[in-house]
Amino acid sequence: MMQTKPIATRESYGRTLAQLGAENNKVVVLDADLAESTKTCMFQEKFPERHFDCGIAEANMVSIAAGLAAAGMIPFVSSFAMFATGRAYEQIRNSVGYPHLNVKICASHAGISVGEDGATHQCVEDIALMRGIPGMVVVNPADDTEASQAVRALAEYKGPAYLRLGRLAVPVINDPESYHFKLGRAVTLREGKDATVIATGLMVARALEAAEQLAQEGIQVRVVNMHTIKPLDVEAVVSAAKETGCIVTAEEHSVIGGLYSAVCEAMVGAGVSCPVSPVAVMDAFGQSGPANDLLEYYGLTAEAIAQKVRERLAH
Amino acid sequence: MDKQTMNHLKRMANQVRQDVLSEVYSAASGHPGGSLSVADTLTYLYEVQMRVDPQNPSWEGRDRLVLSKGHTCPALYAVLAQKGFFDREELKKFRHLGAMLQGHPDMKGTPGVDMSTGSLGQGISAAVGMALAAKTQGADWRVFAVLGDGELQEGQVWEAAMFAAHHKLDNLIAAVDNNGLQIDGNVSDVCSVYPIDEKFRAFGWEVFTADGHDFESLDAAFSAARQVKGKPCVIVQKSVKGKGVSFMENQAGWHGKAPNQQQYEQAMEELRAAAAELEV
Repeated sequence: MMQTKPIATRESYGRTLAQLGAENNKVVVLDADLAESTKTCMFQEKFPERHFDCGIAEANMVSIAAGLAAAGMIPFVSSFAMFATGRAYEQIRNSVGYPHLNVKICASHAGISVGEDGATHQCVEDIALMRGIPGMVVVNPADDTEASQAVRALAEYKGPAYLRLGRLAVPVINDPESYHFKLGRAVTLREGKDATVIATGLMVARALEAAEQLAQEGIQVRVVNMHTIKPLDVEAVVSAAKETGCIVTAEEHSVIGGLYSAVCEAMVGAGVSCPVSPVAVMDAFGQSGPANDLLEYYGLTAEAIAQKVRERLAH
Repeated sequence: MDKQTMNHLKRMANQVRQDVLSEVYSAASGHPGGSLSVADTLTYLYEVQMRVDPQNPSWEGRDRLVLSKGHTCPALYAVLAQKGFFDREELKKFRHLGAMLQGHPDMKGTPGVDMSTGSLGQGISAAVGMALAAKTQGADWRVFAVLGDGELQEGQVWEAAMFAAHHKLDNLIAAVDNNGLQIDGNVSDVCSVYPIDEKFRAFGWEVFTADGHDFESLDAAFSAARQVKGKPCVIVQKSVKGKGVSFMENQAGWHGKAPNQQQYEQAMEELRAAAAELEV
């Protein structure tokens, strides 16, 4: 793990967006009264004429973005994951997804690591919702390096996309000098023959920690960073199943409809069989509390991942 | 408006109405009532107000129209076909499996359709986004949005209205097709949206009223709206649901129902008779 201070992926987003603004005058940014929190304020400061605060009206914001995209602009739309993908789901589905418009839904405060605000603000269904929309790309970056590169990749990609961002500062695990983000291509961060942990978002760092713990017990675990949930890197899943014989998925999302579902679907679809155990929010709402305490309470820890691997191998 | 233009618009709108009936009849489904009430407006906008090029439907400099009341697309399709955006033969395949003309407008598949709509309330926001894009790019094209009166019950319409006035989008003109009826009955009985004009005025819009079936009246309103600076405009136009077909007029039941063969023939006969009178 790199020795830099932890950074929230929403910070990476705001910083990169401000750079993109200087490089491409088609880039416009929309927010719904949360510019300080989603970090689009960094873009707003430099390009106030291309930053539109829509007020607390997410449905309108998403459809406005559709109109902007239909007229050739590249809109980045931000709010909390709950309101972007929840409140405005149908606008994303019908005004953005169906006409396949070039709108980037970049939502911060995803998952339970939102912390003290509690269940109403902790979206653990966003990946499921966005993944169900035909043609929608879904990306969940693991750290600052990956988030920054993902923002750029999505700006270049023509079509609707969802970028999942977090509030909590997370460790930087990818070297910005050598890392190269490729949409839809999973990254194997560590090789191993006994099991594979396929992780996404902030669970990737925790998966690496788990692999380290397990290595000390003589268990060699492959760690795959599945930053793109859709389109899923099916090849990475199939080779994990074939070569390591057991998979643990790790996501800060509901066990229903997210990474676990996507991995199981891909594997069964490819005619490959291996047991898959989920580390996820087990069909529950969140609650108030400090982010790290919540991650522990809901079992989204390195220890929980290691324990799933041990249980699988003991069978 | 000179007599010749007026007569041309009347003939064209009559053909649009006949096409609407034929589309819905051949699909055995669709929305004739609202299509007939909005037929004159769409005819007028595409023929008089809008800068478009049917040979180059995605021309960047064109004016845009968002049919926010997307279910009345049979009228839009009829106008676009007459303008030459696509082959009139397509009208016969409206709502058929694999056809270009979907039950609600699809911008990806249909030349001339500027926005996919159908889920009420979203089209006006998209139109606002387009108007904002024109302003941001310093372009001079304009955006027209056509809404239903029942559609005003969608809260998103007012989110869009607030935003458009805040950003002084004087390149946006909305038209509310106020035929007074929605699926479940009178708009004023179901959940009143009235007074429409005062609501928009309170939201910072310039408001005009018009008779939605009188081209002189429409022309006066839209021409005046063109001159307004610093705010968006809305034309609240009184119209008749099912206009032009005696037994469909002012009947909520014809919102989303296709005529049977006998009803279709009677409707076409009425429209042809009206057209014959125009030729004199």
